[in-house]
Amino acid sequence: MAENNFSVVSARKLGLTFETNDGPVHALSDVDLEVKRGDFVSFIGPSGCGKTTFLRVIADLESATSGEITVNGMTPEGARKSRSYGYVFQAPALYPWRTIEKNIALPLEIMNYSTAERKERIERTLDLVNLAGFGKKYPWQLSGGMQQRASIARALAFDADLLLMDEPFGALDEIVRDHLNEQLLKLWARTEKTICFVTHSIPEAVYLSTKIVVMSPRPGRVTDVITSTLPKDRPLEIRETPEFLAIAHRVREGLRAGHSYEE
Amino acid sequence: MTILKRSWQSWLALALVLAALATLPLLSAEAPIAYKPIRMFSIFVLTIGATVISLLPLPPVFVAVTLLVCAHFSTGLLISRLAGNEGMASTAFFFILAANWLLAWRCVSILSELRIRSRAIDSLLRLVIPAIFGAWILILWEAVTRGFGIPFIILPPPSAIGARLASSIPTLWADMQQTVFKAVIFGYVVGCASGFAVAILADRIAFFRRGLLPIANLMSALPIIGVAPIMVMWFGFDWQSKAAVVIVMTFFPMLVNTIAGLSAAGSMERDLMRSYASDYWQTLTKLRLPAAMPFIFNALKINSTLALIGAIVAEFFGTPIVGMGFRISTEIGRMNVDMVWAEITVAAFVGSIFYGVVTLGERALTFWHPSNRGG
Repeated sequence: MAENNFSVVSARKLGLTFETNDGPVHALSDVDLEVKRGDFVSFIGPSGCGKTTFLRVIADLESATSGEITVNGMTPEGARKSRSYGYVFQAPALYPWRTIEKNIALPLEIMNYSTAERKERIERTLDLVNLAGFGKKYPWQLSGGMQQRASIARALAFDADLLLMDEPFGALDEIVRDHLNEQLLKLWARTEKTICFVTHSIPEAVYLSTKIVVMSPRPGRVTDVITSTLPKDRPLEIRETPEFLAIAHRVREGLRAGHSYEE
Repeated sequence: MTILKRSWQSWLALALVLAALATLPLLSAEAPIAYKPIRMFSIFVLTIGATVISLLPLPPVFVAVTLLVCAHFSTGLLISRLAGNEGMASTAFFFILAANWLLAWRCVSILSELRIRSRAIDSLLRLVIPAIFGAWILILWEAVTRGFGIPFIILPPPSAIGARLASSIPTLWADMQQTVFKAVIFGYVVGCASGFAVAILADRIAFFRRGLLPIANLMSALPIIGVAPIMVMWFGFDWQSKAAVVIVMTFFPMLVNTIAGLSAAGSMERDLMRSYASDYWQTLTKLRLPAAMPFIFNALKINSTLALIGAIVAEFFGTPIVGMGFRISTEIGRMNVDMVWAEITVAAFVGSIFYGVVTLGERALTFWHPSNRGG
């Protein structure tokens, strides 16, 4: 556990081409990336740059067409079958016929956890996302932010060291998003998980990450990888410091470079 | 300041009562049984009294209750004397009937506008208002058939149907047992269950999906009139052949709806299951079947009425001497139209109860669906 240099995700010359009726679409090409244990990696780029596709390749929801990728030292399929990651989608995707606690119990039921352990884990994860006391509610009785927190609790309920998050706060307003970002950082510090986080917001990426991967579209590729110099303990006010603004500037430059390349 | 309220129903009712008074008597001169003076007097006092009260500025609840009691009591006195006097009703009779009808209308509109906070009274009102509506359909039916002397075999009055219903309960009960409890229930359960099972099979095995579904489509086009006699040849005269017809009729709606329902779960929800490395049956029971429930209940509701129709029609093609379809086909041949109507009434009640039970089940199981969430 202590070896911090272990590569959770390792991609070499990864490429993915979708065959469509209008000819091939190069969603990813020549992506090289290392995600170390305990990293918080953000993927940022304009829409169509393949950031979600890359996350889906890690999760074995899509298959790469060239290059190599390992997740926890296995193929993505092996990693999925050994249930080594939790995935948080753009929408909460909670099942409306299950209460919040039953929704969190869903992966535990599928993975055959005992009843006692299910109960203990539901309580612990609800507490982790500040939803204690809402377990008996149905998803449609909660606000959008609470629903998304419940879906994070669901991804944390089982023992996966890797958390894949695909624009989880994209549909929420600025204030709720700030609040959830702060909570997510605390949660990351407490659980010591590795997080891959897709976003299209520069402040969000800079605020959260230890490593920012800037991507550009057509074909989707990595244009810059920025290692954050910010301390691990980050109050919301850190976003006004020169250090923060310098990193944000570099991200913006990277995005702009990727854009001009296309024209 | 107006003492009298503006209500066109009440004013028109007043005009009609006065017109009735001007065109007395209520029955033509040849009527075998005349109205007794006391009955006639009561009819007019009740109707005029209700009309006047509805025009005065009184509390709405009081007015509504008065209208409810007086208008219907007056109507009851009026039409209960019609038996034996068929076709003898005069213009005055219809004038005063129309006045009472308008007063009942006024009563319903007052009741509909009431703002009630108590839930018990509110749900009582929700029963009373449609009950008044339904009662007036029967009252007008009774008054028109008896008042104009419409031939019994064209349309019997509801009172005669009711009397027939009450006097033939053992027969009707035996018919219902034969048709509903045996053929309909058995056919419905087997038809729905097999439609569901085949849908799962077709979903699981590509061979079934490709090969069986087109044939199942063909089955949906089979005419019940053609199938019923063949089923009688295969399964004999008793309820088994009717159950077979019901199975044929209910199988297809369930199959199609279940297949549509199985693809109702969203792609994100499916990806979630995939990310848990969930197997086929886990995904089916925990995601796809719950998501398909609204579709499955749709089929159960369609089938609840189809099953009854199928069983009744199938009995036209050979049956032992009991059953709702058998009774309808033989009694219409013997011109016992009231018995046919009594069977129709029973079938309508059974069908509604059946449908209602399925709807209750649906509410309990798909409470989460946006259309059922409510407040």
